[in-house]
Parts: sequence; C-alpha cells; structure tokens
Amino acid sequence: MLRDALTFQLGYNATLVTVAAVLLGIAAGVTGTFLFLRKRALVSDAIAHATLPGIGLAFIMLTLSGHDGRYLPGLLAGSALTAMSGLFAVQWLSSRTRLSEDAAIGAVLSAYFSFGIVLLTVIQTMSTGQQAGLESFLLGSTAGMLLTDAILIALGGLLVVALVFLFRRPMSLVSFDPGFASTSGVRLDRIDLTMMGLVLAVTVVGLKVVGLILVVALLIIPPVTARFWTNRVELVVLLAGAFGGIAAWLGAGLSASAPDLPTGPLIVLVSFCIFAISMAFAPRRGLLSSLVRHRRFQTGVHIRQGLLAMAQGQPIYEPLTIRLLRGRGLARADGMPTREGTVRAARALRDEKRWEIARATPELELAAARYDGRTQIEDVLTADQIAEIDRRIGPPEAVQ
Amino acid sequence: MNGADFVAFSLTPLLIGSLAALACALPGNFLVLRRQALVGDAISHVVLPGIVLAFLVTGTISTWPMLLGSAAAAIVAVVLIEAIRRFGRIEPGAAMGVVFTAMFAAGVLALEQSDTSGVHLDVEHALFGNLESLIWLDATGWESLLDPAALAGLPPELFRISLVTLAVVAGLAVFWRPLAISTFDEGFAKTLGLPVRAIGLGIVIASALAAVAAFDAVGSIIVIAMFICPPAAARLMTNRLGVQVAWSAVFALIAAVLGFTLAGSGPAWFGSENAVSAAGMVGTVAGVILACAALFGPARN
Repeated sequence: MLRDALTFQLGYNATLVTVAAVLLGIAAGVTGTFLFLRKRALVSDAIAHATLPGIGLAFIMLTLSGHDGRYLPGLLAGSALTAMSGLFAVQWLSSRTRLSEDAAIGAVLSAYFSFGIVLLTVIQTMSTGQQAGLESFLLGSTAGMLLTDAILIALGGLLVVALVFLFRRPMSLVSFDPGFASTSGVRLDRIDLTMMGLVLAVTVVGLKVVGLILVVALLIIPPVTARFWTNRVELVVLLAGAFGGIAAWLGAGLSASAPDLPTGPLIVLVSFCIFAISMAFAPRRGLLSSLVRHRRFQTGVHIRQGLLAMAQGQPIYEPLTIRLLRGRGLARADGMPTREGTVRAARALRDEKRWEIARATPELELAAARYDGRTQIEDVLTADQIAEIDRRIGPPEAVQ
Repeated sequence: MNGADFVAFSLTPLLIGSLAALACALPGNFLVLRRQALVGDAISHVVLPGIVLAFLVTGTISTWPMLLGSAAAAIVAVVLIEAIRRFGRIEPGAAMGVVFTAMFAAGVLALEQSDTSGVHLDVEHALFGNLESLIWLDATGWESLLDPAALAGLPPELFRISLVTLAVVAGLAVFWRPLAISTFDEGFAKTLGLPVRAIGLGIVIASALAAVAAFDAVGSIIVIAMFICPPAAARLMTNRLGVQVAWSAVFALIAAVLGFTLAGSGPAWFGSENAVSAAGMVGTVAGVILACAALFGPARN
C-alpha cells in the first residue's frame, strides 16, 4: 500500500494530491531558506495565522453574495489579503514602535487568529444549510480534495519555484550579507518585500494541504536541515527544496497508505526526522562529527600537557592523561616517560618555548594567536622564522 | 440579565478568564522585554502532545495527568530548543519553529490515531478552550457566594487558576528586584552576583506553569494573546517597569471582561441570538487594545 502510494499507483486523485504536496514542499523549502538566512523564520508564523480571518471573511462574502462559500480560489484570495495586512502590521509594529519583531509577530499572530476564530463561530451560526468545514484549514485536509484544488496548489507551487529562480541572485545576496547588498545597489526593502510575498504565496497555497498552524514547518524545517550540510547559499536552497519535496512525498504517501493518518502532520514529522538525522550525522556541523572533533582535541591537549609535565619532571596526576600516554607507548604505568616519551617530551617543550617567544614578538603576534595547545609551531611559521626564534632561545641547556 | 443568571452563567467564566489573563500577562512583561515573546506561543503549541500523551496513558480526561503531561511536554520543548540552538548552532527563532511545529504535529497525529470518540478531546477544543462552559450550576443568585453547598459546586478550574495566579503574583513580588535588574542589564546583574541563568529559566518555567493552567481553563489562543498583547501595549504606555506591569494587568482584565461580554451579548445587538467564541473575542479585544496603544501610546516610539 505504501509502495503504491509512493510510486503514484493509488489512483488519479491521490496521485495528484501527492504531486501537489511535493511541489508545495519544494516551493516552501527554497523560499524558507531566504527567510531563515535573514533570521526572520517566525515571521511566517504570523503570516500563517493571519490567513484565518481572511478565510472567514471570504466565506461570509461568498455566501452572502449567493455563491458556494467553499470555493477554494475565493477563500485563498481572502486569506492572502488578511495575511498581507498581518505582514504589514508586523513590519509597522517593529519599525515604527519600540516593540521588537518577536513581540510584533506574537501580537499579530494571536490577535488575527483570535478574530478568525470569532468569524468561524459567526459562520457556524449562519444558517447556510451546509457544513462550512473551514476548520480543515487549521490542520489541512487532503481527503476529498477536488481535482481543481489539487491543480491550483500544484500550479501555485510551480509558480513560486519559478519566481524564486528568477530572484535567486538578489535574494541570496540580501540574505547572505544585507549590508554589502545595499551598498552594491540592491534595494533591500524591495527584495525583502519580494521574499515576504513568496512566503505569503507558499503559506496560502499550503493552507489546504498542511493547514495554517503547521505550514510554517514546511518553511522552517527544510532550510534548517539543509544548513547542516553546506555553507553555500545556492546549495542550501537546492537541498532545502529537495528535503521539502522528499518530506512531502513521503508524508503524503504514508498518509494515503492507511486511514486516520492526516497528511499535514505526517509531512511535518517526516521533515523533522530528516532534520534529526542531519543534525546527528551531517559532516562538520553534525553532532557526531562535533563530538569526534571534540574528543580529538581533548586527546591532543592531554597528550601535550602530559609531555610538557614529563619534560619538566613534574608528576602527572590526571589518570586520563597517563592512560592516553601509555596507549601511545610514551609513558609507563607510574607516569614516568619511556624512551620515545622522553624524546617527544623534549620536542614538546621546545615547541612550547618557541610559541612563548612568538607571542612576545610583535610581528609574530597574529600567527601566535593560532596557539591552541596542540598545533605545532612548524605548521604556522616558516623555517626562517623558527630559526630566528631558536637563536633567541639560545643553545640547549644540560638536563639536570 | 438578572443576578441569578449572572452568577450562574457569567460570574465564573469571567473570573476564570480574568485570572487566566492576569497569570499570563504578568510574566509576559518579562518575556516581551527579554525578546522571548514567542516562548508563550511555543509552549501553548507543545501542550497538545502532552495532553494527548496523558490521555493515552491514563485513558481518561482527568486534570492532574494532563497538567503533568503538558508540563513535561513544555520542559521537553525548552530542552530541545536549547539543544538545537546550542549544539546545532541554529538561531533561536528557527530552533523554536522546528521544535514546536514538530511536537504539535506529533500531538495531532497521536490524537487522530487514538480513539477519543468517547471523550471530549479534540484539537479545536485545545485551541479555543471552552470558557462559556465553565458555569456554576449550583448558584441561585448572589447569596450563593455565602452558601457552602453551592460553593462546593464551583468549577475546579477556578481553584487551579486562582492558585497559579496567586503563585505568579507572589513570585513577582518576592523576586521583583532581581527580575528587573537581570532583565534590563544582564551584565550588571552578573556583577551583583545574581544567578542570571536561573532567573531566565525561572521566568520561562513560571510562564509554562501559567500557560498550562490557563490552557486547562481557557484554551491556548487566550494564552498566546495574553502573554504578548497586554504587555506589549503596556510597553508603549510607559518607560517604568512597575507602571508597565500595572498597565498590562489593567489591559488584560479589560480584554478578558470586555471580550467575554462582547462575545455573549454583542451578537444580540446585530439581531443574532447566537454567541460567538469568547476566547476569540478576548484575543481580538487584546489585539485592538494593542493597536490603540501603538497608535496613541505616550511611549510608543
């Protein structure tokens, strides 16, 4: 069943829903990247919650004018309008008053959402003789989605991806380095507005599939995930799109494979799983590689300090240091150096002394800042510089 | 509306709503000043999986397991956000977004998967709460306030939220100076030897406590609105912390009372007999108050 769902064998409608979800996932991933890099990820939460009153108002106006209140394009247009006003409210509150952006986000989010709920209860009491079903916009619902709705969502996703492709250069520049972007002639406010417009489009398009509470997850989680894998903006964008698409594909497939599996939460949870795996195992920025790096650093510092202690004839008390030195055949169980240990200890002491001189020499100060307790000075300075240092240290003294 | 009806149907929801609004707005002042305004938002989302988990474990809708479950979920969320922020080196807003959406999604999924047909537990209830249903059936009029038998029939939410509000007020009074100093000048607070990190954590914990207790009574939307709107509006009224906290309490009470009244009797003015969502109306009024403060507040810039 799951395999059928993932390979698009579950009938025309289910296939179309999955395709729409995947396009939405890709669009959200690439758009969200710019938002994340601009450190404004949670603005999307305000935008998403501000769609609710628009949905309610659109429904009321459609019904009062004698149309079907559930007409999706109409509802989405209404949601886009209030979302836009919510976005401007956030901008205005955070730029024109002393409130910080997070307070503005929270205020707009809660006030618009509250008003939306009031409208929902108004709609419930309107005697239209039909179940409005607007609650499905809270958590999304792909069950019984109309064919035209799925096409609308798919086209919306495609459009957003195309627009991101068009604006990729200025948006990358702005999210990477706003200061440089504005000095090189990019209109910051315009690009920011474009970015927010795209976020708004993704949110509106995603309402039906994942719902307004969870649509922010599609915008936030894939970019954060992608950031673990690379430092290059273009690659983060591509990866975020890919992760978003994969999560939507797996989530929609899982949801179609059994009853009682809501699409939106599943897409979000799959997305979170990809995030968790990336955070654990990504090279360089992942937890595992950080841990390995940390252990390596710790080992290096312990051995270095142990060697220095032995070179100066001081006893070693730290059991871990002795264990590490013994493991490398540099010390005996009582902490006394082996033959090889004596040689390495003398070398470590000389290195330490050279660093000390380098630190005291103004023109070598920059290089000396790279001292971290385990880097050899040969890796930082040239042979000439070291020879100069050695001249200042003087000839070796006899060991007592 | 006569006295008997008022006491039976409006007094307790009004009281509970006002207390919940106070319990959230007071710690909200510090969250807003410390740029942690969205902590309340995150907490109220993650309460859902905690409640569902408590229901799955105990099989019933009872208060204490649910309070414990939501408190546990709030702690898990705070720890996860901190871990992602620190070990993943992700900016706090995005880390928060990752955690609360994922936990909320898990809560919805668990809810859909479990058989909750026999009990009153669904996402909408968690979001909107049910302030209107917290009525005092044993009351026959104002004299019931002195009648022990009738008092025993008060909704239990009233006692819980009173207790938490009291605790929040007491905490605020006792720790006022360290709270104020560490909020405005963390460096100075450190040199005074104040436990800055513990104070920060204490604010988050107090907020979580208020959120969970208020959520139990009034639903998450009032909680989010009250954490942010009254303190933010109060921030635009004054430069002094004490005055700001007082303003926020006033705004929270106005929002709760006016919102509840408008929701109950507002529609009648337009010829409709049906009330609208009280929780939604309280949040809306709070938003309107903030909008007014942003336009006319003496310290808005």
